[in-house]
Order: sequence, then C-alpha cells, then structure tokens
Amino acid sequence: MIDQNKIREQFPILNQKINGYDLIYFDNGATSQKPLTVIDSISNYYKNSNSNIHRGVHTLSRTATELFEKSRKTIANYFNVKNDQQIIFTAGTTDSINLVANGLAKNYLKRGDEIILSTYEHHSNILPWQLWAEENGGKLKVIPLLEDQSLDYVSLEKLISDKTKLIAITQVSNTLGLITDLEKIKSIAQKNNIPVLLDGAQSAPHMAIDLQKLDVDFFVCSAHKMYGPTGIGLLYLSEKWLKELPVSKPGGGTIKTVTFEKTEYAEGALRFEPGTPHIAGAVGFAAAIDFINEVGIQKIFDHEDELVQYAQLKMTEIPEVIVYGKSAHKAGVISFNVKGQHPFDVGTLLDKYGIAVRTGHHCTQPLMQCLTIQGTVRISFAIYNTKQEIDFFIEKLKKVITMLS
Amino acid sequence: MSIEEIEKEIIEEFELFGDDWEGKYEHLIDLGKSLPIIKEDLKTDDRIIKGCQSRVWLNSELIDGKMVYTADADAIITKGMVAVLVRVLSNQKPEDVVKADLKFIEVIGLKEHLSPTRANGLVSMINKMKTDALSLCR
Repeated sequence: MIDQNKIREQFPILNQKINGYDLIYFDNGATSQKPLTVIDSISNYYKNSNSNIHRGVHTLSRTATELFEKSRKTIANYFNVKNDQQIIFTAGTTDSINLVANGLAKNYLKRGDEIILSTYEHHSNILPWQLWAEENGGKLKVIPLLEDQSLDYVSLEKLISDKTKLIAITQVSNTLGLITDLEKIKSIAQKNNIPVLLDGAQSAPHMAIDLQKLDVDFFVCSAHKMYGPTGIGLLYLSEKWLKELPVSKPGGGTIKTVTFEKTEYAEGALRFEPGTPHIAGAVGFAAAIDFINEVGIQKIFDHEDELVQYAQLKMTEIPEVIVYGKSAHKAGVISFNVKGQHPFDVGTLLDKYGIAVRTGHHCTQPLMQCLTIQGTVRISFAIYNTKQEIDFFIEKLKKVITMLS
Repeated sequence: MSIEEIEKEIIEEFELFGDDWEGKYEHLIDLGKSLPIIKEDLKTDDRIIKGCQSRVWLNSELIDGKMVYTADADAIITKGMVAVLVRVLSNQKPEDVVKADLKFIEVIGLKEHLSPTRANGLVSMINKMKTDALSLCR
C-alpha cells in the first residue's frame, strides 16, 4: 500500500480550488504534476550550481557538468541501460523522433522504402515519417485495429516487404491507454531484420522499462509526463545506432575538431546534443526518476491500474457512456464519450466541477477517423489520484449527462 | 432593438441565476435550441469556423441592409454561445456589428470562453461575424 497523503503533500498544486471545488487533475496523459523534490532540484540548480557545462575550467562549470552527467547516469540506470552514452538528452519525445527520422533519412532510408506504423500512433510519431515519405517517394504502412481497438498483429506480417526499413510504434496508446504487445512486434521485426522505434511517451510514466530486456533500436520519452519538467526528454540508441546514426542537428558541443573544410564529430551522446542543453531540465528529470524510484514503479503501476479498473467498472454502469479500447491490459488512460454528446460539452462542464480532463482528438486524428468519431473525453491517472476522486467524477459525470440531455 | 438593448436583455436573463453556474449553463443550452439553423446544404467546409473544437457553421447574408446570420454547432454549449451572438448581432446594420464591443459576455459569466487558450472558438466566431459584416457593408 502507498501512503497517499504523504505523496499528495509532495504536490502542492493539487491543493487548490477550481470554481469552488477541489481540483481533480485527470489530465496526466498530457502532463503530470511535479513533486517538490523536482521543483526544488531545478530551483537549487539555478541558485547554487548554474554554469555552462563541458569545456569549462572553473569550478562552477565542473559542478554543473557533473550534475548534468550524473543525471544521465541516474536515467540510464533507471532504464537499465549499460552505457549511459546511449541516453541522449533531447527536448522531448517529438524532438527525439525527429532526430531519428532526420538521421535515418541521411543514408539509411532510400527512395521507395517503407515504414510501418500503427493506427493509434500520436501525430508526433506519424508526421516526421510522413514528411520523409513525401519528400523521398517513401510509403507509410499502417497496422490496422481489431474490433476491440487492439492492434491486428496478424496483419503486421502481411505489411512487411523487402522495402520495410523501420517499425515505429507506441508502447501505450495515448488516446486509448492500450498496451502494445511488444513481443509480437519484435518477433516479426527480428525475423525480418527490421529496426524498431518504441515511443515510450505514455508508457514510461506508468510501467517499468528495462531497455536491455526490451532490446529495441530506438526508445523515446518525455520527462514532463513522468513527474519531471517540460522541455526535456530522451532518445535511447542501441549500441549499433549510437555508432551509426548520422548527425542531423550539428552545433556547438557535438564536435571533436572543426575546420572550414571538415568537422570531426564527438563520439557518444554529445554528438547528438548541439548547443547549450537544458541543464536544469536534466537535473529535474533525474529528480523525477528519484521520485519514481522512491515510490516504486511497480507500486505506481498497480495503483493506477486499480484506478483504471475501478473507473472503467463504474463508467460501464452508466448506460450513456461508451468506453473505447475496453481492455484489462491498459496503462493509466481511459477514453470515453457520452452517447449523442460532444466531448467538448462534457469536458467544459466537468471543468466547472474542478475536474481537469482532456477532450478532442488527442493528436491521433487517424485513430479518430478509424473509430469514425470527432473526439473523445480522456481521463488519465497518476500516483496522486484517488478512488474518492473517481467517485466524485462519476457523480458529476452523471450530473453532466442530465444537464446535457 | 439595438445591440445594446438586446445585450441588456440577455444580461438581465442571466442575472436571475446569480452565482448558480449550473443554472446559467442550462439556460445557455436552452438558448442553443432557439438558434436560427443554417440550411443543411450551406453546411460546407468553407462555412466552418476554424479554431473551434466542435464544428460551427455560420452563414452571413445582407438582407434589406441588415446582417442575417444562421448557424449550427455540433456541441450544445457551443451552440448556445453562437445563439447568444446571433441574437445580439442578427438583424443589425453591418456597421453596428463591426462596432459592437460585446462586453456583455463578460457580464453574463462566459468570460472564460473568450480566452484564446479555450478551444471553443468564441473569439473566432465573433471575428467571423464581424469580418463578414465588414465585407458585406463595402
């Protein structure tokens, strides 16, 4: 059992009224709130250690460099990555995917090649590939959904051709919360020698991730969805790609030597980290990992899973509610609609009761087209959410349904 | 009635609810039912107002020197908001529509919907109604 009160004390933002009601924050899929330890780590960094990193001879610069590199180690350890240089700091998931796409476009992806995605990808794992495909006569192939909105893994095999160069797929659907069966994806990918990019934006906040065990080529996630600050995330590269991914975003810090004729780039993570990085962000990211470690990621998963099952059960009892992707195998997210009502109306009225939800297409318009809906209402949980909050939400959801009908 | 007179009338209606926001929203939803609905064949993509999370279609015409608006929306709170705007601005001279400050929105407690971060597009609706009036009075 977790001590809910002790955890909630770490999140002062939750202690406020919205429109006279206690704030209930069910928009964690968009961004989670930050514990005091994370906020303090950033504030302390600027108060005591701020300086530009690498190449500094003075003490403060060394301190900042050590903090930055220590953060990389903390994060590498958390994801069980052997060599911390395989963890590259980026601005977040979107930035990471763009870095991979632009790198692969240099010499790996060729005219007419194919990339496989899933129907429930977030736009940020579609657009960089689509842009490449449009400019290079490439093709995107899409894994379809089954009736229950889970992926049709059987048809994945049929999508593979000798032109397939990458499978880019999310580990957890940000809209539906469904967990992708990675083993099935990997077995097909490995059999055909196709690299896999795994989008962990929605999985990393909820479940344990062991990158040695997962054994994918690329893994990406954002700190701000896992109790860390905005503006920082990571790109994990397998040993092979750490050596082979071409630089696509050059700049200060990425080099060994520069002449006007030729530049020799650095080895390891620095190669992909141009300019002054988000140092305070990296420190905050590591503090967020410390927070997760302190609570325990399995406890976080179990707690959120209990909330999902509880909420899903209660919602199913309301005849007007349609829950999408109604599976037991889910991580932290429930998408639903009220029959005959627009998600915007439901979200607007829930907000009046202090309940923060997200409405719309959740940056998954192709999924919305597949489900033939305009959008959904999405509730998504974090460690600080409670069953009492769900009870209040259910009570007010019923009231909203009455108001709208 | 002038724009100001209609605004006053609407303010008085909403004042009856005092702090009861549920009542206000229920009234707004009811007002949506009075919206002069745009003809089905006019519900084309070029009449959709951009910036709305729900779809809003607006048609503007100049009849006998006055603006006549018909509209529809697929979300009912949005429909209520369009209905309020249409009630105030329809059957008014285009130059009066362009000048209207619409401060009443704040007074009736719907100010939060005027924030640009709100995806409902109340601001876009007002802009569209005004630019249509501007182009039709030339």
